[in-house]
Amino acid sequence: MTTAVPSTPHVRDSLTMLRRNLLHARRYPSMTLQVALIPVFLLLLFVYVFGSALGAGIGQGGGRTAYLAYLVPGILLMTAGTGSVPTAVAVCTDMTEGIVTRFRTMAISRASILVGHVVGSVIQSVFNLVLVTVVALAIGFRPDASPLEWLAAGGLLVLFVFGLTWLSVALGLLSKTPEGASNAPLPISFLLPFVSSTFVPVDSMPSWIRWFAEYQPFTTVIETVRGLLTGTGIGHNGWMAVAWSVGIAVLGFVWSLRLFDRDPS
Amino acid sequence: MNPTTPPAIEATGLRKAYGDNVVLDGIDLRVPRGTVFALLGPNGAGKTTTVQILSTLIRADGGEVRVAGHNVAAAPQAVRTAIGVTGQFSAVDNLITGEENMALMADLHHLPRPEGRRVIAELLERFGLVEAAKKPASAYSGGMRRRLDIAMTLVGSPEVIFLDEPTTGLDPRSRHTMWQIIRDLVDGGVTVFLTTQYLEEADQLADRIAVLNGGRIVAEGTADELKRLVPGGHVRLRFLDPAQLARAAQVLGLGLCDDEALTLQVPGDGSVHTLRALLDVLDSASVDVDSLTVHTPDLDDVFFAVTDRPEHEKVQAR
Repeated sequence: MTTAVPSTPHVRDSLTMLRRNLLHARRYPSMTLQVALIPVFLLLLFVYVFGSALGAGIGQGGGRTAYLAYLVPGILLMTAGTGSVPTAVAVCTDMTEGIVTRFRTMAISRASILVGHVVGSVIQSVFNLVLVTVVALAIGFRPDASPLEWLAAGGLLVLFVFGLTWLSVALGLLSKTPEGASNAPLPISFLLPFVSSTFVPVDSMPSWIRWFAEYQPFTTVIETVRGLLTGTGIGHNGWMAVAWSVGIAVLGFVWSLRLFDRDPS
Repeated sequence: MNPTTPPAIEATGLRKAYGDNVVLDGIDLRVPRGTVFALLGPNGAGKTTTVQILSTLIRADGGEVRVAGHNVAAAPQAVRTAIGVTGQFSAVDNLITGEENMALMADLHHLPRPEGRRVIAELLERFGLVEAAKKPASAYSGGMRRRLDIAMTLVGSPEVIFLDEPTTGLDPRSRHTMWQIIRDLVDGGVTVFLTTQYLEEADQLADRIAVLNGGRIVAEGTADELKRLVPGGHVRLRFLDPAQLARAAQVLGLGLCDDEALTLQVPGDGSVHTLRALLDVLDSASVDVDSLTVHTPDLDDVFFAVTDRPEHEKVQAR
């Protein structure tokens, strides 16, 4: 071999795997698009159909525009959540295919198979987040955030997405069938985003749900992003959001590697 | 060949169980470099499990395995650099094209771009996949997919190639193509470890054959040595009614009677001499034979011969 092989097979193999996953996404865009469009649809639905009534209910001067400002951070988190489904399905499908069996018998970085999925999914989610933000700005979302606050909000969202993605990889590895894998992330993709401050403030909920809704990861991140973009109070949500994100990432990463290292059945 | 180089594959006392189900019950294997070794056995004999352990895919419960001189348990990555595996179920990425599959392999083997392109073009040409190169692998026929599978395995120029049932599910033409591919591989100096259910396949390809049954090697030797274990095959006689069948069984005084199918299975090598003698006996007893078929020794016969022994005692066919 004439050229020196970089001493970082992990990075090199991960990039190869990433290219493979992006190729899949490009060849079979239907699920990718579906996942991008669900949050956009929810945004428009809640703003234009329920927005006036809900806006009056949240009591910040009411109205559709006020509700839009309230809603956008939650929809961004929902975007992060729905992205977990295609990740889990893609990982599970991959594991049932012979190609991963081949990878396991090759002298490559083992983690690269999972890292390729994670990086691909994070890129996809960032694209979806940008799409939702652009739509929100187009329909009148006017945050008063400074560039630094934008950056902080974006950074937190990416960190949270990173954590959710590793967790989704673990769920994908855990699932026996792709059908199962599409249901496994339901708590992340559906339950937690709804039982949070996405659509209404947690104060309006009965106390037994409120206690859960207030401290669960989605709410802490939503409140932090909301504070950064629209100037509402952040309080303890800031460090809790970071702690949750890092915690979920570590849990998902360790769990995924453990599952992947099992002998395939 | 240099006698000091270690064999391509060496396994001693290999054991694997899933719960109470013992899949491999202490098997020993030794495959010299540059030879073809066939592991022959029925479904569930443990063939795939053996390949999975030898190719570092799963861990053994006991025993020691060295492949290309490296211990699979202690140095799996070193083993992986030396091997190529084509599993029973195609190990190709169905969502991308044949050429993209090949490029994926070239990238994972860290081939420089120009070399990668050259290797890919060469292999696509060699395996008759040039026309299909731009089509997604999901659109390939079974034979094409198997060829792509092997082509991908060869991108890394492995020393030892594992082929798990390489022709199962292929039509006769594709099967013969695959056999030729395997012969060419061996001519190129690689060691091939293949599993098969077909004695004929092992016969055609392998230097040595081990028969695996119930997690144990019950016989080992060359194809000719194994066939010598089988007492010649059998002749199957079919009759038109049960009375004729009963009469034939009585006259011949031997054979396996099937009252449902109205057949009698008589041991015999099927030579003209034996057949004539057999028919003479039946003729003189006025038994009407509807039809007659001759069966040369097949895998079933080898199995009956080597497994029908107390405690599955190993037969050394030498």
